[in-house]
Amino acid sequence: MPEALNAIEMRGIVKRFPGVLANDRVDFVCRPGEVHALLGENGAGKSTLMNVLAGLYRPEAGDILVGGQRVSFRSPQDAIAQGIGMVHQHFMLVPPHSVAENVVLGLHRPRFLLNLTQVEEQVAALGEQYGMKVNPRAKIWQLSVGEQQRVEVLKMLFRKAKVLIMDEPTSVLTPQEVDTLFSTLREMTGRGHTIVFISHKLDEVVSIADRVTVLRRGRVTAAALAAREVTKAGLAKLMVGREVLFQVDKKPSRPGEVVLETDRLCATNDRGLPALREVCVTVRAGEILGVAGVAGNGQRELAEVLTGLHPATSGSARLGTTRLGKRTRWQDLGQHLAHIPEDRAAVGSMPGLSVAENLILRTFREPPIGVGWGIDRAAVRKNAERLVAEYQISTPTVDLPVRMLSGGNLQKVILARETSGHPQLIIAVHPSRGLDVGATEAVHKLLIAQREAGVAILLISEDLDELLSLSDRLAVMYEGRIVGEMPAEGANIQTIGMMMAGTKVDG
Amino acid sequence: MSRPRTSYTVRIETRSDNPGWMGVLSSVLGVILALIVGGFLLKAAGAQDPIGTYREIFKEGFGTVADWQAGITALMTGGDCPKGMLCLGPLSDTLVKASPILLTGLACILAFRMKLWNIGADGQMFLGAWAATAVAVFILPKTTDRVVMLGAMALAGLLAGMGYGAIPGVLKARLNINEIITTLMLNYVAYKWMEFFVVVGPWSIGDFESTGRFPKPATWPRLTEFADRFPALSGLTAHPGILLGIGAAILLAWVLFRSRWGYEIRVIGDNPKAARYAGINLPRNVLLVMMFSGALAGLAGMNEVAALRELNGRFQKGFGFTGVIVAWLARLNPLAAILVAFLFGGLLVGTKMIMPQGIASMLQGVILFVVVGTELLFRYRLHLEKVEPERGPAAEVSHDD
Repeated sequence: MPEALNAIEMRGIVKRFPGVLANDRVDFVCRPGEVHALLGENGAGKSTLMNVLAGLYRPEAGDILVGGQRVSFRSPQDAIAQGIGMVHQHFMLVPPHSVAENVVLGLHRPRFLLNLTQVEEQVAALGEQYGMKVNPRAKIWQLSVGEQQRVEVLKMLFRKAKVLIMDEPTSVLTPQEVDTLFSTLREMTGRGHTIVFISHKLDEVVSIADRVTVLRRGRVTAAALAAREVTKAGLAKLMVGREVLFQVDKKPSRPGEVVLETDRLCATNDRGLPALREVCVTVRAGEILGVAGVAGNGQRELAEVLTGLHPATSGSARLGTTRLGKRTRWQDLGQHLAHIPEDRAAVGSMPGLSVAENLILRTFREPPIGVGWGIDRAAVRKNAERLVAEYQISTPTVDLPVRMLSGGNLQKVILARETSGHPQLIIAVHPSRGLDVGATEAVHKLLIAQREAGVAILLISEDLDELLSLSDRLAVMYEGRIVGEMPAEGANIQTIGMMMAGTKVDG
Repeated sequence: MSRPRTSYTVRIETRSDNPGWMGVLSSVLGVILALIVGGFLLKAAGAQDPIGTYREIFKEGFGTVADWQAGITALMTGGDCPKGMLCLGPLSDTLVKASPILLTGLACILAFRMKLWNIGADGQMFLGAWAATAVAVFILPKTTDRVVMLGAMALAGLLAGMGYGAIPGVLKARLNINEIITTLMLNYVAYKWMEFFVVVGPWSIGDFESTGRFPKPATWPRLTEFADRFPALSGLTAHPGILLGIGAAILLAWVLFRSRWGYEIRVIGDNPKAARYAGINLPRNVLLVMMFSGALAGLAGMNEVAALRELNGRFQKGFGFTGVIVAWLARLNPLAAILVAFLFGGLLVGTKMIMPQGIASMLQGVILFVVVGTELLFRYRLHLEKVEPERGPAAEVSHDD
């Protein structure tokens, strides 16, 4: 039985989400006792694939074999029963409860009486065994993020997981915690566990993984490479791909005056840790500055500080002649600043309100929409019909709630609302994330048209193809800093990929 | 062990399509289902014939077609209501009950549209009633012009409700204190406040636990006042309070759907993050909405005392909570609330004679329960999914267990 060699075998997995093909006939195989890295950019389908393996998603097609036996998971409980457990990027812990309580949460046994002391002893023993010291009586909220992660791992070990999927486990850890985690992972593989390590950080992958599978746009670009035989540059190439899928037709840029200028901008994230460190960027009229970087390296905070949603701790920024300070709010800038937010549904729109009502979010205060205390319904309708035609939003009527629109059409609604007021600056965050090819192209064309109309655009994206084809200049962010800036034309993808992954690039 | 077997599982998915008529259907179905469930409860409570009981409730609450015909004929011919007929009496009583329910319902609609759960309309209504009484009995002279008097009482009720709504409003806006708790608890404060003044305190005349009859200008004109010209109106207590409610409903509909403020309220209610992103001031709107929600409830209190023509220790509790149900059943639409309030008014009047006394509350509760439940079914789609006959882990688990 040669299959018995493989701990996990996934064959031809297809998983669709509305508008996206997240996994396109993906094969994935890993052996017992190895650390197998699953590498890819954001949106490449890594997490989707592993959520399928962990029983959270059901694939449309494809087979999963565990130890050579075909299985079908309907829930994470089914997966854990087969010894497959997942530690998610966002922990699934109950903060007011203790470590031991969290470990037994959701278990069917014991049915009535819970002998917590016994669980505590078992948890402590497990921790001792794998070199993960955690006080089983401590409450989750008292623990550091690294310790919380250990609880998640212990939770899976307690359930006798043989295969442990770690979804970007290092993204929340300090370098020291990363070292501890890696030695724990080694300890586990030494005891026969298999680790699937999801990451987009090349350094880590090379240092911890035995073998690597690379995903790109939902497809496998390299299967089970021996980590010893690959270079970081080679992986970067596989991860981001060389061919540019969308060749955007654009004229050479004719940058005008400086529209946005930041001077040593600093900010902290929601947890109070530094998120922006002395960021200096300038964007001129008629040019697109692309900001590349792995998620969580300060891009979101940069967009939020500039749009007034998040306070800066020091430094300054100006838009044209207006200083963007602590008290500058979005509405004070009128329509000079357009913001295409990262999360279309949760921030950029009101799902239950109609297309027409979503289109007036920026303009409802002034005539012709806002008249006195009222809103001119005829003007709202006229505005909506004009924008629907102009931006080719496909919707049966302008009275349809936007939650029924596809992602691409919803993004067009937001773009129409944001760019129709002739802004000076557009801050676009992941404008094509999750959109299909056609919608992505439409969004790109719109941004190029705005650039040609003399608008300054700050484009934040994790899609290097998008950045390279749209931007005039590129800045790379890592850990809240701009670590490099270059003209987009002729930029070396591998260099960018390595800068994104925090590797120092010489020259 | 690998015996193939087919099983089914139910999966719940959100519906992507949700046409408007579904909302109406869910409300109507909710009421019908509630009546069926209520029928069983009536049976359990000892009713021989629940359908007959419902018929009786409807007759008491709204009258019959024959009653209405007789009433209209009497009105046209200037005659009296024929003996043995209810004529327009039930409709009149129902309108009297419907007006405070409509106003508290509107108070809830305004707040609920912003997902601000004001369940303190009852307390705000009590304060409104108290303030209106203060104006009627202790501040303005007995001889004040009726329009001025009623206007001043309405203003007082409005302001008192507004001020009482502002307390949870400020707590929510400034300190993010859960408004469900504060509004609920403030109801009891309002009850005690009223008790202090009317039952034990300074406003009670002797041991009557009452302020005594209001001066005439401080009472709603009732249909029965015109009985000398139209004898058929004799005994009918319907008053212009219902018009006040209908006017408020129309105004609220305009505010919610045609005004800039209403747009802000609906944006916040639908997605507070988008509202923040659009520069809409959340704390300010929380306070304003709580205040105006309280004002509508306060107006309900004024309306009620002007109809009762006195404030006494038996001032009825619970209109504020009925308002919650009216708001939901009307699907937060102020115009639909007019119809719903009328139906609930009929339910309250129709069940007055039914024993046990709790029938009305029981039916209200069942209706709310079922309406919320059916809404869930309409928001989601149930999928019956076939599980492939295979050696699934589910089978495996049951073996291990």
